[in-house]
Amino acid sequence: MQVEAYEGEDMILNMGPQHPSTHGVLRLELKTDGEIVQRIVPHIGYLHRCFEKHAENVDYPGVIPYADRMDYIASMNNSLGYALAVEKLMGIQVNERVKTIRVIVAELNRIASHLLSIGTYAMDIGAYTPFLHCFREREKILDLFEWTCGARLLYNYNWVGGLSHDLPDGFVEKARQFLKEFEPVIVEENNLLSFNKIFIERTANVGVLSKEMALSYNVTGPNLRGSGVQWDLRKDIPYCGYETYTFEVPVGLGKFGSLGSCWDRYYVRVREMEESVKLIRQALDRLPEGDVQEHVPKRVKPPKGEVFGRSETPRGELGYYIISDGGTNPFRVKVKSPCFTALSVLPEISKGQMVADIIAVIGSIDIVMGELDR
Amino acid sequence: MKTAPEILQVLQDKFPGKIIKSDMSVIDPFAVVDAGALLEMCVFLKDDPGLAFDSLMCLSGVDYKGLKGEAERIEVVYHLFSMKHRHAFVLKVQLPRENPSLATVETVWAIANWHEREAYDMFGIRFEGHSDLRRILCPDDWEGYPLRKDYEQPETYRGMPARAAKQFVEMANEGLEVGTNPFKAG
Repeated sequence: MQVEAYEGEDMILNMGPQHPSTHGVLRLELKTDGEIVQRIVPHIGYLHRCFEKHAENVDYPGVIPYADRMDYIASMNNSLGYALAVEKLMGIQVNERVKTIRVIVAELNRIASHLLSIGTYAMDIGAYTPFLHCFREREKILDLFEWTCGARLLYNYNWVGGLSHDLPDGFVEKARQFLKEFEPVIVEENNLLSFNKIFIERTANVGVLSKEMALSYNVTGPNLRGSGVQWDLRKDIPYCGYETYTFEVPVGLGKFGSLGSCWDRYYVRVREMEESVKLIRQALDRLPEGDVQEHVPKRVKPPKGEVFGRSETPRGELGYYIISDGGTNPFRVKVKSPCFTALSVLPEISKGQMVADIIAVIGSIDIVMGELDR
Repeated sequence: MKTAPEILQVLQDKFPGKIIKSDMSVIDPFAVVDAGALLEMCVFLKDDPGLAFDSLMCLSGVDYKGLKGEAERIEVVYHLFSMKHRHAFVLKVQLPRENPSLATVETVWAIANWHEREAYDMFGIRFEGHSDLRRILCPDDWEGYPLRKDYEQPETYRGMPARAAKQFVEMANEGLEVGTNPFKAG
């Protein structure tokens, strides 16, 4: 951005890179006229580790820990997308048990991720208590994961062709117990936060994202559905057997003000947690027997070719473009990050908002800088 | 919904001679198109009601260097998808490795702005007519294009060491002592 472009009463305000509301190291350059924001220029890359270069220097299974570290809030979903893409390239069909367990862990992680998103969003807006409630529940999911694969955040659980560990004995009961305790929490949070008048005043009619703009910027996931577009890969282009489950795709309805506002995006996440609970219940009911490493290849060596695989993570569509030269290391791995596209729309939707509302907008698009910068 | 061969046929009828190569037998069928016709083709793909490619899923640069049986080149890959008709198609453009440049498609899909900045940052591909072609992930004064196959990491960046510390494996191979060894005598 050119410094000469500023004149007169304009003020330049730097928000970040260290700012409690930016959810990581994000710098926003705001050009303001008093309290009104005229232009925002996001500066990203503070967490850039060049994942794509690393991926070229390790073998195919070796990419999975790196993939975990992109979106560290929802690692299961990240590595699942990568495993699915490589399996598609190699033509591996996993067995039913692996598919079902993948649905369970992916949906549990979706709940954990949305809990973090909602909790910190409430804290950005100024409500501290929901944050504690959300983290208490998230902790239980992390405990389940720790019990399953030994790690609490970065799991390396979804392997190409299978899983690193089977579910431990008694997992089904423990998971059911968690769901039973968790469901009343959603109701509680709705009473406490979602339909709280102050919260609605702060978020409805703020940061309105229209359907056309969302499509043009390829915004996906809850942000797209918040604008009223019924599109979910789990429903529309199913993978992992999602087509055999009964669940709904919640969309924003514009209940309090304009469609596609911060509140709509927020509430889609709350509703998605309810749907995830349904999905996990069904998966636990049907969990078939089988060996989770039945189809794990001894050496992952895909044939020459390329694939673009995408899956629905809590933040939207995560795409992996993998080119194989027939060797043991990928020739190229390109990641299409959902946070990247979501942040690129920020300058558009925050034009003319107040400075304080920018905080509400950033929280509502739910970005994780680890995935954005890769 | 149209299958990939049907979409290719539509393109061939509309832009005769502009499709250099195509492969419909792979997982994601693609067409290699002439760089000069790319923008026009993208506008058509988006606006044609029968195709309606409303989303650009991914825009990637690829550096083909040191790959057996492949000519050295830079490729820009466009993964397109239509939410309306639920079909997908892949466009590829091949460019020389020296000073690759190409027309921008940010006027067609707004997201291309950031994707193209990333391709510029990582591969040095210049997108002609781009409104704001700056580095996006690396610092503005970074030298070189990291995802090029012949990229060499600088020793330092503004006086700070820019290379990773030696790995334990490397140190062990060089005969250096790694960490503390509780079983060592003395």
